[in-house]
Amino acid sequence: MWKKAILRPAAVLLLFAVPLLIKSNYLLSILIVIGLYTIIVQGLGILMGYAGQVSFGHAAFFGLGGYTVAILTTRFHWPTVLALPAAALLPGVIAAIIGRPTLKLRELYLALATLGFGILVHIAFTEGKELTGGPSGITGIPYLSIGGLTFDSDIKFFYLVWITLFLILAGINNLVRSRVGRALRAISESEHAAENAGIDTAKLKLQAFIFSALLAGLAGGLYAFYVTFISPSPFGFHASVQFVLMAVIGGLGTFWGPLLGAAVVVTLGEFLRWAVPLVIPGAGGEYQIIFFGLILVLLMIFRPEGLGALGKCLKLSPEKMPGTGIPSKDI
Amino acid sequence: MLLEVKGLTKFFGGVAAVKDVGFKVSKGSIFALIGPNGAGKTTIFNLITGALPPDSGTIRFEGRQLVGLKPYQIAAAGITRTFQNLQLFSGMTVLENVLTGAYLKGRTGFVKSLFCLPSKNREDKRIKEEALALLEEIGLEEAAGLPAAALPFGQQRLLEIARALASGPRLVLLDEPAAGLNSTETRSLAAYLKKLREKGLTMLLIEHDMETVMEVADRVLVLNFGHVIAEGTPQEVQADPEVIKAYLGEDDQVA
Repeated sequence: MWKKAILRPAAVLLLFAVPLLIKSNYLLSILIVIGLYTIIVQGLGILMGYAGQVSFGHAAFFGLGGYTVAILTTRFHWPTVLALPAAALLPGVIAAIIGRPTLKLRELYLALATLGFGILVHIAFTEGKELTGGPSGITGIPYLSIGGLTFDSDIKFFYLVWITLFLILAGINNLVRSRVGRALRAISESEHAAENAGIDTAKLKLQAFIFSALLAGLAGGLYAFYVTFISPSPFGFHASVQFVLMAVIGGLGTFWGPLLGAAVVVTLGEFLRWAVPLVIPGAGGEYQIIFFGLILVLLMIFRPEGLGALGKCLKLSPEKMPGTGIPSKDI
Repeated sequence: MLLEVKGLTKFFGGVAAVKDVGFKVSKGSIFALIGPNGAGKTTIFNLITGALPPDSGTIRFEGRQLVGLKPYQIAAAGITRTFQNLQLFSGMTVLENVLTGAYLKGRTGFVKSLFCLPSKNREDKRIKEEALALLEEIGLEEAAGLPAAALPFGQQRLLEIARALASGPRLVLLDEPAAGLNSTETRSLAAYLKKLREKGLTMLLIEHDMETVMEVADRVLVLNFGHVIAEGTPQEVQADPEVIKAYLGEDDQVA
């Protein structure tokens, strides 16, 4: 108990001291990107690890959030502080529309529906020239300002993103230990038994899906305010797959999983971008992807339950570690 | 009458799994469904709990028509069940299984669950106390923190019953609760079912172990190939020539 009581706040304090210790803008920007992706993967983790559903369209929700901010602030001159909640709300509403019919069906219908949706939205970003600026996107997004505070530097943005992330983490921590969190886990274990316990499984899955879309949209809005420029390229199918990978690598249904998964995938991507050309001179992006895949395969072979499950080796009882996601058959 | 089933029929392809089945269950009784394998007993459970839609027939519970309701709505109406092949939430602890069974006792929704609210904490505390009391009743309080999958088989059966009781249902459907239990466990199960009946709970029971059926059941419905072939008290049914034919003609089902 004392370990947890000291270690966690210490780790958080250390993290928040990072911008003061590191003077590298590159590292800071990587940490901001990790933070933004973590927010997306946190929602996806609830959907996948608890409600047992997969979405291959979360890059689209991420993009919708980004474009909502870009369009509302540059075309309609909304105050930035209002554009941000709109960026979360719009994907949430769209998720409700897609999810309602598909989540009544079981199995992989949501995965298919979101796959199609993701591709459609990406095409809309590229082709909707009047509104989205086409392939070149939208520039000149203002900085986010809340009250008198304008987030115009990497350091400020780092704090904004990571404080948001920890607030969401606290919320999810409450959720998974609650009646609703147990019900979600029950759905992923036995939908029959869950229904017979009085759980409206279709409704809860829909709520988890909407929640995950809201978080992806929020991350997209923050992203737009951070880079102040938006184009379709970061929101393609590739990105959706990457989010799913982050969730799986981090460990489904684990507390630190989303953060670990996002950190590992982003760091690995950056590392490979640097390392691959050293090994194979003149190697392009396609080689990085091969190495990326290889490392992921190895990880899945040796740590199939994900990195977040390492916490179990530290003797956390099942009471304290709710939601392993994967039923522990070995005990 | 707590439960009234009339003209219940369900076809799988061209085969009638359940054909024109009707029966009435009075409050506070144990009503057993028996019959050889494939007689349609579990199908009747699936029809009552809404897992399958009947082709025709009516199911009235406390006067309310259940046909057309979804399984979770039927649970909310006061009917829960256990499964022949256990369907525990094996990744959860013993206590969490019972807490999940008590889902209907809570009110906290998705959005409220994200926050740390006093009302939510009070509700959690109350439901947890009730769940622990239930675990104590079936002798699993020591195992509350263990993963459900770690329990021996007999205790997993008990845990499923506890989960089905946790929401405070008025009718519980037990699908072969004694299957896989040794004779000591079976006897204590029978004693427990009688105790639940004393408290006013009504139970529908599918069971192959005739000794248990004869000991606990108030009335017995005998099915064969989806048809009702007899209904009565355990003694009446045992003496029925049709029943003897169905059982002896089949194989050595009578344990």
